[in-house]
Amino acid sequence: MASLNDYLLVSGLLFAIGLAGVVLRRNIIIVFMCLELMLSAANLSLVAFSRFNAINGLPDYNGQMLVFFVITVAAAEVAVGLAIIVALYRARQTIHTDELTSLKG
Amino acid sequence: MPSYLFWLFSTIMLIGGTAVIAFRNPVSSALSVVTCFVGLAGLFIGLSAFFVGVIQILVYTGAVMVLFLFIIMLLDLKDEQKRAKGFAPLAAGLGLVIAFVVQLLGILSRTPNKVAPVLDKESLAVAATHFNPTGKIATSLNEGRLPDVQLIGHTLFTEYNLPFQILGVLLLVATVGVVALSKKSVGSD
Repeated sequence: MASLNDYLLVSGLLFAIGLAGVVLRRNIIIVFMCLELMLSAANLSLVAFSRFNAINGLPDYNGQMLVFFVITVAAAEVAVGLAIIVALYRARQTIHTDELTSLKG
Repeated sequence: MPSYLFWLFSTIMLIGGTAVIAFRNPVSSALSVVTCFVGLAGLFIGLSAFFVGVIQILVYTGAVMVLFLFIIMLLDLKDEQKRAKGFAPLAAGLGLVIAFVVQLLGILSRTPNKVAPVLDKESLAVAATHFNPTGKIATSLNEGRLPDVQLIGHTLFTEYNLPFQILGVLLLVATVGVVALSKKSVGSD
């Protein structure tokens, strides 16, 4: 049986991969996918905590409710975010973060 | 879940995740995210969270990643060219990630480990006493099965009813927002 720390380690590694992608990649769509990876890593640790903390002999379903809400909010966030990316591409013809320098002093 | 299945699904997940940031072509990255999420759904099912595992496949790999592929198709993205990237951003990014992993390992090596509580026939029968004895939840629990979907539905529509309704409003707002965003950019051409 895998223990709680194994699940937390794997979840932390997935989060680290997502973080590396957000920092290193310059394509906004890839950055957005890496944000999804980070959300999923948080979901994995929530489900692991839910399974390993039994209440009345059952997994703690409050944790899984939070995962349900996170997944739904992430779906809404993806829809809005991709619409913003499409609007950005129409306005600037680029989705590379290097070329978006309006805020640079 | 047996250990080897845990490590198998974790490896699939982590390799998929690494491939996302390693590939130059956005379509390959999107398909790597799908691989990663399939491994993650396997881990969820191994944690007896069957409902979450299924919606991970349906919502994330089914809906969200197809949306990503549509946008990649719509923008007609080409492979990213090798651009002259400075050494400093790469070092800063990797340094940040390595610091994070080292901290994680430090914390996990000090926290007491925990094994999963067993979900066998006896413990499920004890849990069944907390529910209506003629209901479907108690019946399944007494038969030694974990009625995951029924328990989630029970929690969602009793304790979490108000947040659930608010979530519906949020999805409506997102839909209206997406339509408004796309419309404005068309009008400004």
